[in-house]
Amino acid sequence: MAVARFWREIPSRYNLIGVKCLNCNKVIFPPRSICPYCRRTGKLEPYRLSRRGKILSYTVVYSAAEGFEDQVPYVLAIVELEDGPRITAQVTDCDPSEVRIGDEVEVVFRKMREEGEDGVIYYGYKVRRVL
Amino acid sequence: MRKVAVIGVGLTKFGELWDVSFREMMLEAGIRAIEDAGIDGKLIDGIYVGNMSGGQFIQQEHIASLVADHAGLCPIPSTRVEAACASGGLAFRQAVMAVASGFHDFVVAAGIEKMTDLLTAEVVGALATAADQEWEVYQGVTFPALYALMARRHMYEFGTTEEQMAMVAVKNHANACLNPCAQYHTKVSVEAVLKSPPVATPLKLLDCSPITDGAACVILAPLERAREFTDIPIVVAGSGQSSDRISLHSRESLTGLKATTEAARMAYKMAGIEPEDVDLAEVHDCFTIAEIMAIEDLGFCKKGEGGKFTEEGVTQIGGKIPVNPSGGLKGKGHPVGATGVAQIVEAVLQLRGEAGKRQVDGAEIALTHNVGGSGGTAVVHILRRGD
Repeated sequence: MAVARFWREIPSRYNLIGVKCLNCNKVIFPPRSICPYCRRTGKLEPYRLSRRGKILSYTVVYSAAEGFEDQVPYVLAIVELEDGPRITAQVTDCDPSEVRIGDEVEVVFRKMREEGEDGVIYYGYKVRRVL
Repeated sequence: MRKVAVIGVGLTKFGELWDVSFREMMLEAGIRAIEDAGIDGKLIDGIYVGNMSGGQFIQQEHIASLVADHAGLCPIPSTRVEAACASGGLAFRQAVMAVASGFHDFVVAAGIEKMTDLLTAEVVGALATAADQEWEVYQGVTFPALYALMARRHMYEFGTTEEQMAMVAVKNHANACLNPCAQYHTKVSVEAVLKSPPVATPLKLLDCSPITDGAACVILAPLERAREFTDIPIVVAGSGQSSDRISLHSRESLTGLKATTEAARMAYKMAGIEPEDVDLAEVHDCFTIAEIMAIEDLGFCKKGEGGKFTEEGVTQIGGKIPVNPSGGLKGKGHPVGATGVAQIVEAVLQLRGEAGKRQVDGAEIALTHNVGGSGGTAVVHILRRGD
């Protein structure tokens, strides 16, 4: 991946910066240029999301995506954040067999993967269960 | 708007076709369809070809020109259509619209994918490009994982079981055994599915459709001219297509595809029928849970009852609504760009009464359902046996 493509999304991936529509008050993540609810009548401004949420669904992945082979088995979840938006994220720092729908989680900053020995190291968000 | 009929169909063998190239597969399906229609190639005035990713699978783009060239059909217009795994269904719909509008008269709708020239891990990566690269794939998502997330939630909300999902694979493998073109001619048991290696829990290897090479082709004509070529024209009675958010996490529901519901609503309305009028359906069972959700979203049973419906045998050949008599994506194989057209081929064979051992008795109305990605695109067609 070109460095610029990764670099463009850093604010959202590191700090959960989405947008809030001043017209409908909905919080949107990842950020968009047009409110999906109000379209051109919407007015979007940057919004830093709360880092808490709960698991709506999860899966333990044994057959990895490219670049994630050394992480299997890893847990992926769809998490509904307190502000409303849902994200797909790995559930980290856990025994995969303990994850359940409804678990409370917090968003944490983590290394995602790296591109060989001399390539880019990708960082972003994962979630951790709050016990 | 003119009425449109299918006058010819052709399919290659589906499977790991090591000794056959992309070009050879395309030609094989195309020639079969043209011979089936008994049409002179000179009459054909348009081509639509569904192909998800020649660029990734065989480093070949500009598929439309390649197909017209090797079919000897230059200089007629040729157009490639892409919507991930729904590319074939959309190519068919584009061809239907071209004939219905009067823009073209005799049109080829084809679909093709050559997947086995890549390593399995590379194929998994190529397929994942149908998901949101920045916000799903970046996190480690695979396609089995996306459908696993839907399956887990379906189990949680409705009590659907892994055994019920396994029964979809059992049925579709049994049907595939009756289809000479199918990739698999092996039956599987519920126990074998449950004991197969985990891919993304709760989905196991035998819950997943395979990696497949294959091509499919159909010839469309205005209904008023169809009888020049066939005694049993198959009428395209309904066509619906819908889009939805590309990432699963952005959609309202994790337990159904709104794109399917919407495309089906359009197709039923256009055909003037209800779900209970359908005699058989070819649905997009890329994973076993996908068939369970599809039969709910298409209205064959209530939301949440797809697992129970499957368990009761209603969707078997001989049941009230046979689903995937061809073997489906699971048993027949899933060459992604070809799948949507291959579904039309099966529907036509069934409606003509030419489906051999897997024939659904007295079939008059068939439905096909093709999905792109995890539900960002869905296309539904309703075909009816011409009087």
